Amino acid sequence: MKPAPPLTITNGRLLCTDGISDAASPVVLLCQGDRIVGTSRQIDSGETSAAGHRVFDARGMVVMPGIVDLGVFEIDKPAFHFGGITRAALMPDQAPPLDYPARVRFAAAFGKPDLWVHPLAAATRGLAGTQLAEMALMKEAGARAVATGRSWIADSGVMLRVMQYAAMLDLPVITHAEDTGLAGDAVATAGEIATRLGLPAAPAEAEALAIARDLMLAAMSGVHLHIRQVTTRAGLDLVRKAKAGGTRVTCGVTPAHFMLSDIAMADFRTFARLSPPLRSEEDRQAVREALADGTIDVIASGHDPRGPEDKRLPFADAAPGMAGAETLLPLTLALVRDGLIGLPRVCALLCTNPATILGIAAGVLEKGYEADVAIVDVDRPWIVDSDRMQAQAGNTPFDRQPLQGRTAALFKGGMQVGQ
Amino acid sequence: MRDTPLPDPAQPPAVRADQYPAGRAAFPHKDLVGISSLAPWEILYLLDEAEQYVALNRQRHKHVDTLAGLTIINAFFENSTRTLLSFEIAGKRLGADVVNMHAATSSVKKGETLIDTATTLNAMRADAIVIRHASSGAVQLIADKVDCPVINAGDGRHEHPTQALLDALTMRHWMQGRIVPDGTKPLHEQGAGGFAGLKVVICGDILHSRVARSNILLLSALGAQIRVCAAPALMPAAMERMRVEPFNNFDAAIAGVDVVMMLRLQQERMAGSFIPSAGEYRALYGLTPERLALAAPHALVMHPGPMNRGVEIDSVVADMLGRSAITQQVEMGVAIRMACLDVLTRRARHVPGWRLPERDPAAGNAAVGDPAAADRPQDPS
Repeated sequence: MKPAPPLTITNGRLLCTDGISDAASPVVLLCQGDRIVGTSRQIDSGETSAAGHRVFDARGMVVMPGIVDLGVFEIDKPAFHFGGITRAALMPDQAPPLDYPARVRFAAAFGKPDLWVHPLAAATRGLAGTQLAEMALMKEAGARAVATGRSWIADSGVMLRVMQYAAMLDLPVITHAEDTGLAGDAVATAGEIATRLGLPAAPAEAEALAIARDLMLAAMSGVHLHIRQVTTRAGLDLVRKAKAGGTRVTCGVTPAHFMLSDIAMADFRTFARLSPPLRSEEDRQAVREALADGTIDVIASGHDPRGPEDKRLPFADAAPGMAGAETLLPLTLALVRDGLIGLPRVCALLCTNPATILGIAAGVLEKGYEADVAIVDVDRPWIVDSDRMQAQAGNTPFDRQPLQGRTAALFKGGMQVGQ
Repeated sequence: MRDTPLPDPAQPPAVRADQYPAGRAAFPHKDLVGISSLAPWEILYLLDEAEQYVALNRQRHKHVDTLAGLTIINAFFENSTRTLLSFEIAGKRLGADVVNMHAATSSVKKGETLIDTATTLNAMRADAIVIRHASSGAVQLIADKVDCPVINAGDGRHEHPTQALLDALTMRHWMQGRIVPDGTKPLHEQGAGGFAGLKVVICGDILHSRVARSNILLLSALGAQIRVCAAPALMPAAMERMRVEPFNNFDAAIAGVDVVMMLRLQQERMAGSFIPSAGEYRALYGLTPERLALAAPHALVMHPGPMNRGVEIDSVVADMLGRSAITQQVEMGVAIRMACLDVLTRRARHVPGWRLPERDPAAGNAAVGDPAAADRPQDPS
């Protein structure tokens, strides 16, 4: 394959976890092949005028690393490119599950070259929570972490062995925190809304219970534990304490849990059927506080496009999940607008931290890193329309909602992709 | 077409014209999916409309031609004998063609089938569809898809509005013949429909009960004081947010109440993880004569049926003359369902005042002018 001609991105406000460059002194980002060569204040006009050299004028927009989406259920390239996502960690909950090296290898190669998929290996065969899957061979096939999928491993003995094994392989373990006994067949959080709608519901404490056990097992095994979604105050308190105590733990959340509370399920709106279910307003506020104070490390889309055959059903019979890739960035930027976090933290939550957890050289705009670059117009207004989304299905609970912030251009390995 | 006059107009009070807004404004809903969407006066309107059918049903000739020529489909996706029979009798006594559709729950669990079934029923040009389904929200889902009125005959743990209406009608009949213990005023003169201040206890499996939810909504809308009583495992979260007083102890809950409403305990909950055994359930929550003695001396006993005699209610209580209204509930059920079918089909029957306001013919047929449907956020449809 012919190497891509050099790429120069001019006039950008460069965003990294340390800060953002001033609009008054725009930065030039230089890329060669699929790598970043460096940044500078000046354009070397002699070099850029060479034949085939590409110059992209960012026109004062934010230049940030391509988003690393830690935990998606579907490879949905148009939606990812719309959302500024250049790498996605694929959950093992596929049909069939990613519990076998060949499937992991296939998934790892699936999106290339314009989208890199980092498969998450199933912790147990068939995600059944009983027998360990071939983690070492799956790591060799390209798995970047081990995940329990949509469910929690109820058997503590199995979970400890998974963690010990993953720790030996230096793979993080990504868990879903919901105590299965307490959650049962619940599709909602116990509270007024679930009671009025007559939906099977579980107490929010099901999450903290699961986290408490997993933290203890993580401390025993020394594994890096990443809890994919922490959505309750009690759960976040446990993570906060564990971090202070030195446990190797990180956690994430999806925008639904800091934007919506269980009232969004009123009228049996199946687009708001998520896993874990939407929580009380009190818990939503706790998630926002944890985003501000640094307890939460990652915001992911949890992208799970579902068509009418999965969603146009009675609430409890509908599949959980939302198409989140396109709204991930603007909803995270809304936290900046609300004054909770600054732009550098957006970069950490969406790009740098997830890349660090997965152990991949991405999420940073520095020399030697892959040239995954998103040019973002952070102020551009647009309205979500579930009928006209790029995703495979339009199951978003944010339909008709006005948002701000949109990817203007996206580069993966120095090549412009999408749009 | 006009409403056929009732055989004996001298019988109980017809709906007083001055009490309710004229025509469609008295009940401006396309469907009856839940009590939650009804205003108090709309509930009372249905109760008042049902009175004429209570009278009709007590006559030898129990047939009118009000709904002649209309087709009513009873689509029951969950097994039922009594409710189905009650709706069938109601439709037939109004002169409609009634068709019963039994659909095994398993065959319709699969997604599109439910919507497809709804579309199919719609294409058959039913004039009203009565639906029972095992999933909460299923009836609303269908109601949004069909043009004709839909009546909820029970959806999951959500609502069972006709049951709550028939219970209210039963209570009202009982109240109209009674004096409160302090001997001042008849119960029915004390406020909205006589329900204001009425003390009602609902005891049993509140968690899984759509009957309890609809009754709570209806009775609280009319101003009754409601207590709910269940073992902790059968009590939903945040009950106090529904303006009821939750109890775990039945003896405390029943003290001094005017109405004792027992719920059926499903067989599968009797042995296992919800309660230890049927025997222990009876010991804690069974309505025995001794427990009934703790209620007000005039207290009325109700049960939506079918009963587990000797579990949630003792036979001697269930059959207590003058106290148990369980058979009257069944009687009122037919009348209420006749009233609902009558009121909801008035639009289709072109009853004066019930036609929709003139619409732009280009506006399409969605929502059929139901103001509530326009506001209702819809998932993909």
